[in-house]
This record gives sequence, C-alpha cells and structure tokens, in this order.
Amino acid sequence: MMPDLGRYAVAVLSSYGATLALLAGLVALTLWQGRRVKRQLAEVEARQGQSQGKHDG
Amino acid sequence: MSLWEYANPKKFMQVSARVLPVVIGLAAVSLCVGLIWGFFLTPDDFRQGSTVKIIFIHVPTAMMAINAWVMMLVASLIWLVRRHHVSALAARAAAPVGLTFTAIALVTGALWGQPMWGTWWAWDPRLTAFLILALFYLGYIALWQAVDDPDTAADLTAVLCMVGSVFAVLSRYAVKFWNQGLHQDSTILKVGEADPIAPAYYVPLVVCIVGFVLLFVALVLLRTRTEIRARRLSALLARERLA
Repeated sequence: MMPDLGRYAVAVLSSYGATLALLAGLVALTLWQGRRVKRQLAEVEARQGQSQGKHDG
Repeated sequence: MSLWEYANPKKFMQVSARVLPVVIGLAAVSLCVGLIWGFFLTPDDFRQGSTVKIIFIHVPTAMMAINAWVMMLVASLIWLVRRHHVSALAARAAAPVGLTFTAIALVTGALWGQPMWGTWWAWDPRLTAFLILALFYLGYIALWQAVDDPDTAADLTAVLCMVGSVFAVLSRYAVKFWNQGLHQDSTILKVGEADPIAPAYYVPLVVCIVGFVLLFVALVLLRTRTEIRARRLSALLARERLA
C-alpha cells in the first residue's frame, strides 16, 4: 500500500533511499570496524599471554 | 557513586555492554514506528504536497548533526580539563556519526528545496553555516588521523571542536540572527503559538526525533567501545615492539 506521492515521488523516494543507504553504510562500517579491532585485540592478548577480553563487560 | 567512574575504560565497557542492547532495541522500534507512520500514514500538506514526508528525516538528522557537535564539544572540554581518555575517544567516535547525519540533512534538504524553492541550494545563512559545519566534521576526522600521538591529536581536535562550535550554533540560530534567506525558522518549537505544526505531523516527527537520538547514542557507544579496544591494542603492540 504505497502512498500516492504524485509529482514529488522522485524527491521523496530519493530522500528516504539516500538516508537508508547512508545509515546502512554507517552501521555496517561501525560493526565491521568493531569486529576487526576486537579480533585483533584478542589475538595480541592471546599472544602476550594475557587474559582475553580484559576490558570487556 | 561519582559520574567520573564511567571515565574508567573498564567501567565504561561494563556499563555500555549492559546498556547497548536496550538502546539498540529502543532505537530500532522508535525509528521503524516513526518512519513508517510518517511515510505511509500522514496526509499530504495542502501547500507542499507529499514532500512534507521528508520532514521526518530532514529535521531529526539536522538536529542531531548539531547536537552531535555539542556532545563532542562537551567531551572535548572534559578531556582538556580532566584528561579522561574515554571522553576524548567518545568525541572521536561521535564525529563520523555526526558527519553522516549532516550529509543526510544536506542531501534531503536539497531534494526538498528543489521542488519547494526552485533550487537545490542557496547561499542562505543557515544553509551556509550548516555546510561549514560539515567541513568542520571532515577536518576534525582528518586531524585525528593525521596526528600519530593520540594525546596530541585529542588536544588539537578539542581546540578545533571549540572553533567549529561557532558554526554549530550559527546553523541553529542563523535564521534568528539574520532574518533573511530561504530557510524557515524551526516549526516544531511553535506548538501553542499562532502557526504551529499540525498534530498529524508533529507526533510522528517527535517519534522520529527520539529514534534518531537513540540511534546516535547506540552508534556512539559502539564506536567508543571500538576506540577503547583500539587504544589498548596500540598499547599492547607498542609494548611488544619494545620487548
């Protein structure tokens, strides 16, 4: 049940599309960076014989 | 219990791990409800037609673009005064989120402005101040990456943040300072005044604002946790190199 956006359909749909794309990119980047750093930290802590996830809650 | 306990990285990681699932859940629910309500269930405006639906993303993201900078300013001042690393890292973590919100506000503003004003862009005081704020975000992120020593980077970016705050304030109050230009003054604060926003738009807009605030908090918490881990990783690698 798509609302009738009339002659402004391109402007409205582009606004929502651009917003969702930018937010999805930001969330994906945040999660990817978080997982990468967490994995690297775990590797280094294991290598140095320290307790894993010392700072983790 | 003192507020400054949360400046301890270990305490911050413990508390944020407990708070994050709740914040993420509330952000997802309020954003879904607000955006679906705004897009599918609100009527067209008698003058602006269906473009009024852009308000549900443009206004919350523009507000958060400015509020994110204010949060960075507070965190930077805490860093400068009390030297708590978590506050400097939180400011760093907030910058990409603020930049994304600024970009969304600029893009949706242009897409809204073209059919309503007949132009994508105008060198209006509010729009210009907002564009300069976006450039400050870029400069802030670049400065963090350009300086190797993290404490020096935190000091320099804190000063840059204070300078950029002028444009964060200007982008909010430019319409009041200079009563000219295309961009109108805030409508959502006019409830109870002569020309308020209609309740049909006001209620879903408030839900969207709450959703974007919670999304900001969730992303900043996630990114601050990553920054704390990255800082510890750097310290361990430096120790490894010295051994």
